Amino acid sequence: MALGRKSTLRRVLTVDLPMLAILAFTLGPYLWMLLTSLTAESELFTRGPSVFDLVWSNYERLFANVGFARNMLDSLIVAVGTVVVGLTLSVTAAYSFSRFDFRFKKVLLMQFLLINMFPLVLLILPLFVLMRQLGLLDTHLALIVANSTIAIPFSVWMMTSYINGIPKSLDEAAMTDGCSRLQAMRKVILPLCAPGIIATGIYIFITAWNEYLYALTLGGQNVRPITVAVQTMIGEYQVQWGLLTAGGIVGALPATVLFLIVQRRLVGGLTQGAVKG
Amino acid sequence: MTTTSVPEQEGPTSGRRAALWRQVMPLALLSPAVLVTLAIVFFPMIQTAWMSLHNYVLFRPKNFDWVGLQNYFNIFQDEVFWISLRHTILWIVITVPAQALLGLATALLLNQKFPWRPLARALIIIPWALPSVVIALMWAWVYDSNYGILNDLLLRVGILETSIPWLANPDTALYAIILTLTWQGFPFFAVMILAGLQSIPQSYYEAASLDGATPWRQFWHITLPGISGVLFTAILLRTIWVANSMDVIFVMTGGGPGYSTYTLPLYSFLEARTNLDFGYGSALAMTFTLMLLGIVVLYLKRSAKAVQ
Repeated sequence: MALGRKSTLRRVLTVDLPMLAILAFTLGPYLWMLLTSLTAESELFTRGPSVFDLVWSNYERLFANVGFARNMLDSLIVAVGTVVVGLTLSVTAAYSFSRFDFRFKKVLLMQFLLINMFPLVLLILPLFVLMRQLGLLDTHLALIVANSTIAIPFSVWMMTSYINGIPKSLDEAAMTDGCSRLQAMRKVILPLCAPGIIATGIYIFITAWNEYLYALTLGGQNVRPITVAVQTMIGEYQVQWGLLTAGGIVGALPATVLFLIVQRRLVGGLTQGAVKG
Repeated sequence: MTTTSVPEQEGPTSGRRAALWRQVMPLALLSPAVLVTLAIVFFPMIQTAWMSLHNYVLFRPKNFDWVGLQNYFNIFQDEVFWISLRHTILWIVITVPAQALLGLATALLLNQKFPWRPLARALIIIPWALPSVVIALMWAWVYDSNYGILNDLLLRVGILETSIPWLANPDTALYAIILTLTWQGFPFFAVMILAGLQSIPQSYYEAASLDGATPWRQFWHITLPGISGVLFTAILLRTIWVANSMDVIFVMTGGGPGYSTYTLPLYSFLEARTNLDFGYGSALAMTFTLMLLGIVVLYLKRSAKAVQ
């Protein structure tokens, strides 16, 4: 920091090397999984994974035998559905939280925060009973509803903090120019929110794509998202680690890629609330 | 929502209507989100509480007998409950500090200047984005007793003489999963703490070093107080999250071997899933939630302050 001119060697020893060690711990298991998935099953137990002669055979088997494509489609439908529900319900709510003062505002805002603190089991048992009574088990709708329990509160918070960052004077200027409140919201604030809406949507997508326990409990034969498919594979192909790790890589891919694209904005939004405190 | 077209302030009647609309509109905008959460979150929660007061086993769905607090009394005589509680506490008091310390170290490093800092910062968060099932699968492969890389490395270095079945051994299983969860959660701490570090004015450090303060004293008197708020919030949030998290355990060991990796939420989930005993499972879930409530309230209070 303020130590004047640190020699490069010293920086390498105190910063670069420890950072590399932590990154090795962070990425090691993932890279090991990647390497395993690219090793032929026959070689895995004789010679072990190696960076020489990598093969695609595990991935080919994955899509040919296990039918992973259908599972990915299920995950996609559920995740997109959750994004749509989460965003449509939360944007107007967030605008209201950000722009108006009304009674019980704080209580209402806090209850959205509270929801995400509850253990999943508290919801998963009654939702199972409910969906069973409604005959919705093993449908995409059941999973979209279940994932919305996580998505709506999160999205309300993210969008509220995002809209808080847009000056109120913009609404007022629009209203002076003859817009009604709702027009000001729709024509002025929403377009300005687009980056926030996209980031929130992507985060909801990732969470819904990665979600496992709801998918396991409320899904079934017809609707089986990728996470459940990966877990089922663990039981079925117990020692075929080449195939299993290929499944893991494919299952994690969409979320990982999306996350790397938006991580900067997302991390900013997530940490903002905490830094203020 | 048709009243929107009424222009504000246009004659006395529509003026009154506009005033009413101004009062109602905030709530109207809120209501979809609030009503839906009531229906899909709060109503089911009440149902859990209701189920917990009944004898309700799903393969006899006709029987829904009121038993009052009997399920709760049974919990306190249930040996598995106490085992799970012990594991839950161990699980929290090891995982959260481990995540916090590793996260702090990472954040301090990321706050230094080095050429590949943006790359390091992007890569460090990857565990956070991975599905827990994939994390469980990945680490199960690392821990594999025959071909896992952990045994392989430890054998080669000479720390172990024979390979250990990490997840099948009752003495190591819980700790193996704790390491996995530490791996999954420390990036969150790193990111939060880094944000806190960057909010400390650089001038504090300049002034301190002019006064001859050593780096250690600077860390103790400037850095630590500067991030204490963020750190505390992160620890609360993480404690709640770690306590609740059971998907990684469920996939890695399913609670076994024996009961050696049972935690309370997992016990509640398994009770409903495998024994189909929704009454007792609900009572377990309620008990666990009440235990966690203290931390949740503390966190909410802090957040409420931050909102103002």
